Amino acid sequence: MGPLIPNGFIIGDWDFVIAILLGIAFGFILEASGFSSSRNLAGVFYGYNFVVLRVFFTAMIVAMVGLLYFDYFGWLDLSKIFILPTFVWPMIVGGVIMGLGFIVGGFCPGTSFTAIAIGKLDGLLFTIGLYIGIFIFTESFPLFSDFYTSGNMGNPTLMDVTGISAPWIAFAFTFIALAVFWITMLIEKRVRKTTTAYKF
Amino acid sequence: MHSNKLEENKQRYLNPYFGGVLLGLLILLTIFITGRGLGASGSIKSAVVTTTNVIAPTHAQNNDYDKKFISDDHSPMYNWLVFESFGILLGGLLSGILFGRVKKFRIDKGPNITNKSRLIAAVIGGMLFGFGSQFGRGCTSGAALSGTATFAFGGLIVLLAIFGSAFLYAWFFRKLWI
Repeated sequence: MGPLIPNGFIIGDWDFVIAILLGIAFGFILEASGFSSSRNLAGVFYGYNFVVLRVFFTAMIVAMVGLLYFDYFGWLDLSKIFILPTFVWPMIVGGVIMGLGFIVGGFCPGTSFTAIAIGKLDGLLFTIGLYIGIFIFTESFPLFSDFYTSGNMGNPTLMDVTGISAPWIAFAFTFIALAVFWITMLIEKRVRKTTTAYKF
Repeated sequence: MHSNKLEENKQRYLNPYFGGVLLGLLILLTIFITGRGLGASGSIKSAVVTTTNVIAPTHAQNNDYDKKFISDDHSPMYNWLVFESFGILLGGLLSGILFGRVKKFRIDKGPNITNKSRLIAAVIGGMLFGFGSQFGRGCTSGAALSGTATFAFGGLIVLLAIFGSAFLYAWFFRKLWI
């Protein structure tokens, strides 16, 4: 049955109505979880607020395990879903640049949109920065077009790379997530005792 | 100033694990409907390509990167992620109204920097994030979260690179936040 759009269950411009509705739900969850505040987001890197890590890891394992159930029940054809391609070197370099952008700017793209929505000027300037950064990338693309496609592995899954089956990978992520939730809970308690500038 | 800060931080948020479950179910629903996950940086890319294509069409069509996203039948803005990102803005507004967080323009920052430094850092951070997201084939939403959730190897690379490196940088940029 699923995925519905690739399988032709939904056609025409409904696609874009659905995009807006799913986007609304996404923005709502991000804002309601506190992702519209750069101080909440940056907290994960200083140990005073692990909300990012909690929401992120919980979402990831729920989606992973959910996908396996959807596949098991025959609701979703996993061979038809989009698997992000892997370009090893540019992805590492891109990630390391994004990490720097995260710590300096205090947002990632989706969260900066929700910050704008509630009136945060730093969110607005971050988004303007995104635009400038991508513009610089597109204009200077000829300089690194070879690097951009280096380390091309196609679209491998974690199962392809490790040889471990999907349920065990989902289990491993769940196990790591639970361990991280517990450890960060302890760290947060200790750090918050000594932090005065940030009121919880 | 101080009371203002207290007010700003005394917020009602969803329990993060509950928020995470909702977000996970949303990713699942999105994949079930569209065959792929959520994203964010792609919409800004569409905006950049559109601007270049409108102001300097020949230049855009000669650019190997821009031209991948330009087609004859519709604008690059006629794109799933652009509509979805518009939704993110609306959804953020809706939640902000519901929880009483929509207020006049203001700036969120660490206690030891000026507004001006915060805004400059925000632009520079955004530039880096935008630039990096093109190499990463997506940002935290599209590559790290949706990518890893769909078991993509590339998603995990981006996830580890973003968060791993940010933890290493954190010490150097602590004045911005603590």
